Amino acid sequence: MNPSLILRTSAPLLLWMPLVVSLYVLVRGHNDPGGGFIGGLIAAGGVLFYAIARGPAAARAVLRLSPVALCGLGVLVATASGIPALLTPETPYLTHFWWFPTLGVTLPLGTALVFDLGVYLTVLGMASALFCALVEEAQ
Amino acid sequence: MLALPILGVGIAAVLASLARPRIASVVGVIAALAALTVYLTQVSSVAEGLIPTAAFGAVPALGIAGGLRLDGLSLVFVLLITGIGALILLFAEGYLADDPKRKRLVAMLLVFMLAMLGAVTADDVIVLFVFWELTSLTSFLLVGYKHEREASRRAALQALLVTGGGGLVLLAGLILLTMAAGTTSLSGIIAAQSAVLADPLASVAMVLIILGCFTKSAQVPFHFWLPNAMAAPTPVSAYLHSATMVKLGVYLLARLNPLYQEEALWQALLSYGGIATALTGVCLAFRETDLKRVLAYTTVTALGTLVMLIGIAPDLSITAAMTFLVVHAFYKAALFMIAGAIDHAAGTRDASQLRGLGQVMPVTALAAGLAAFSMAGLPPFVGFVAKELIYEAKLEMGSAATGLIVAGFLVNAATVAIAVVLSWRLFAGRQLVAPSGAASPPHDPPLSMMVGPVVLACLGLMAGTLPTVLGAVLIDPAVTAVLGRPADVTLKLWHGFNAVLALSAATVAVGIVLYLLWERLVPRLKAVSLLDRFGPSVGYEHWLAATLRLATRTTTTIQHGSLTGYVRTLVLVMAVACLGMLILRGGVAWPQGGASLDARAGLGGLMLIGLGGTVLARTALQAVLAMGLVGFTTALVFLMFGAPDVAFTQFVVETLLVVILTTALMRLPIQGRDGRSRQQKLGDAGVALLCGVAVAAVLAAVLASPFDPRLSVWFGAESLPAAHGRNVVNVILVDFRALDTLGEITVLAIAAFAVVALLRSNRPADPAAPSPQGPLA
Amino acid sequence: MDGLFIVMVGALVAAAVYLLLARDLPRVLIGFVLLGTGVNLAILAAGRVGAMVPPLVPPGSSALPDVVANPLPQALILTAIVIGFGLTAFALMLVVKVYARFRTVAADDLTEAEGAATPAAATLASQTPLTRQEAA
Repeated sequence: MNPSLILRTSAPLLLWMPLVVSLYVLVRGHNDPGGGFIGGLIAAGGVLFYAIARGPAAARAVLRLSPVALCGLGVLVATASGIPALLTPETPYLTHFWWFPTLGVTLPLGTALVFDLGVYLTVLGMASALFCALVEEAQ
Repeated sequence: MLALPILGVGIAAVLASLARPRIASVVGVIAALAALTVYLTQVSSVAEGLIPTAAFGAVPALGIAGGLRLDGLSLVFVLLITGIGALILLFAEGYLADDPKRKRLVAMLLVFMLAMLGAVTADDVIVLFVFWELTSLTSFLLVGYKHEREASRRAALQALLVTGGGGLVLLAGLILLTMAAGTTSLSGIIAAQSAVLADPLASVAMVLIILGCFTKSAQVPFHFWLPNAMAAPTPVSAYLHSATMVKLGVYLLARLNPLYQEEALWQALLSYGGIATALTGVCLAFRETDLKRVLAYTTVTALGTLVMLIGIAPDLSITAAMTFLVVHAFYKAALFMIAGAIDHAAGTRDASQLRGLGQVMPVTALAAGLAAFSMAGLPPFVGFVAKELIYEAKLEMGSAATGLIVAGFLVNAATVAIAVVLSWRLFAGRQLVAPSGAASPPHDPPLSMMVGPVVLACLGLMAGTLPTVLGAVLIDPAVTAVLGRPADVTLKLWHGFNAVLALSAATVAVGIVLYLLWERLVPRLKAVSLLDRFGPSVGYEHWLAATLRLATRTTTTIQHGSLTGYVRTLVLVMAVACLGMLILRGGVAWPQGGASLDARAGLGGLMLIGLGGTVLARTALQAVLAMGLVGFTTALVFLMFGAPDVAFTQFVVETLLVVILTTALMRLPIQGRDGRSRQQKLGDAGVALLCGVAVAAVLAAVLASPFDPRLSVWFGAESLPAAHGRNVVNVILVDFRALDTLGEITVLAIAAFAVVALLRSNRPADPAAPSPQGPLA
Repeated sequence: MDGLFIVMVGALVAAAVYLLLARDLPRVLIGFVLLGTGVNLAILAAGRVGAMVPPLVPPGSSALPDVVANPLPQALILTAIVIGFGLTAFALMLVVKVYARFRTVAADDLTEAEGAATPAAATLASQTPLTRQEAA
């Protein structure tokens, strides 16, 4: 079963739209519904459609990093986000810190966002690895 | 200081396993002699009553006190272990000169020596137990040294199972003892005697410890493993199974004697168990002609005598026990090595085929004669001193010991007869036939094999002529330790004309008569097949076979290989457990109150439709679509009940699942028809309904119980002030419970790795003919 | 509302078990998904249900209002869904692999992985350890 022309043509759109949406969902997750888990899954949906339309090799190429490497990176990022807490003895590992710099608007920045980014990358990597493997195996 | 020999021997074991064979033996002998020297420096201070101690192996967190202690009893043992060990290692070098892997034997013998030294100097029951088990393990390896022979493996396994099982029993006893005394320290336990004996489980602990010691020291009915362990190379038999390891049980009994010596049960079990063992040993020894098995059964006899002596009351009996311990170690190790030398030279160790070896093996004959005289208890050998003491101890008990005296008399007479067989019969007279299997005519073995027997036999003679020195230096401190109070020991060779001497003379006379009957007695006793058909050895075989049958049956029943069967077992157990607990504990309840039904209840109808679809679908693809309906309904449920995060996640997941499932099912020609018959479907539906009811009942019970909202309220109140987030769900995930989430994404990453590994696993070149080996095979 | 959830969870588990007991693997997989869904709903219900308001701290307030959905079970379910998804996809991968190797997805035909029921393994287990060593 070959993907239809329409699917193949619209594949980039089906990849990038979910990716953009997923980043938005990731960032807003701390105050509104969203977060790393759901963001990662949405992004993975884009990868899945791309893999179905253009093949798993193309999907892997568009991710730059291999899915498994993304997973590893995600776990590393999440692990690293807790390290600043170790610098002061009274805060246990993974206690998050926040800064509120004002650049016109006040930006809430915290290590919790870094942690969520790690979750996002891991979920994206895991789902992409599964999808690419399944599509490859099914073809 | 006390840990030094143990460490040294350990290092030597490592070195020996790395060195070349001949070097390994040299290293072993040097290590043993060095350890002997270290212990010899302690002799004088121990004799004066100064007891060296050292810290060792303490684990304060577990309440293990640890520690080493060298009192008179330990000193006798360490001197025997290191001294005889050095001679045995020397002997092994000659005995196994043709064996290229003998350095393994040397290394294992050294590890065994380490374990023995640790066991007899430990002042802590846990440390003692660890070393005790190490001796069982090394014994397993040493008995199974010739592992290419099935008999060796069988014997090794038997020795391990019997002594290892006994070790477990012992551990139980020691733990009870520790709990009663409140300390793991051996000297502490003995000091806390009144508390230990007042414990309600005191007799249980005592019996368990006695059982453990009986297995180790081959007492009836556990004696059968010792003769079978003769499958080991002769140096091992001489060292482990006569001089040292089998005496470990005797050691522990002697060690705990101060604690239990007044207990009637202790005295009865030890004295009757010991004398029964001694009688069994001599009777069975008369059924054998294989020199090593004869020696093994006489060792059983000697061990029985030792246990009996610890069990009977007079102080004199402890003196007798300690003297006999040393004497026996001397002559029995010597005789084992002589048996090995004969085997080596003549190619057989069947006593009925060997005669007149004295002409060709004069030095061996001399050593055998000296050792056998000591064994027979003839003056002026130290064996005589020991035997006199044994008789004296029994006579001191008066009429109560009549049975023991008669039994002991028989045992001694039979021992005399066997001693004559081992010396006179083997070596005197003319050679019977040229034994088959020997490449060259028999001759005296090389020097390395002669040193051991000659030295030990001469020691027996020397100790016999100078009994006072032996008594003052070694026996007196040992007896003091075993009695737990100062003892007055004077060993004498000559006691004058008295009842004891008359008994000794009678013993020798009866022994010689028994020897004259030996040739006729042995075949008759061998013909008594009753002993082969019944007895503990047969019981052991039955038990072993039954265990294996049970294991086979269990395995085939539980691991039947049917995937559906596994799932059915799993869900049924879950359902029965849930329902059973609820009904038994009276937990069946229906929640009262709560929010009332509204329009959202319609979602339930949608879900039931979807579920009906999955169950009734004709093909797997239809079932997937129905599953999608269930999933989206669930997402709606989440959305309608205030969980938008979960709802979105469920939406995305369900979409992705439907896409990948349909992709996989459509691209592969998987029809996925439900292959069940109508009857199977009905049965499965019954199981399914039971599970559904069970889980629903549990949920109902949960909802009917009071709710504790404190945690949720706390998260709700702290989310913004502490973690700067308004979405409480997300804050819990990335902040409050971030470590859990980290664990979860690690699991996800591992799943990704597994997928890639699975994808890269072999693909058969020809899909029509899959290879039998693969990741699923 | 409690009754609704009890019925839904019971129905989900019953359907899931029925499919888990099916002899073809794709159905087993679907049963697996349904079982996860049932448990997730049970967790949600165990945290008490009723409120439609999501657990978001409203602007101008520092804590959650009184009548609001319980956030704790939601956090548990969220990770459970994602992990369950990973597990399902992995199991699907296994089914696809099984099909590629054996050309079947019927559970009863897959006996190669478990040797216990085969005669050869039974004889091996009935032997004494000693002879077993020899066989090895």
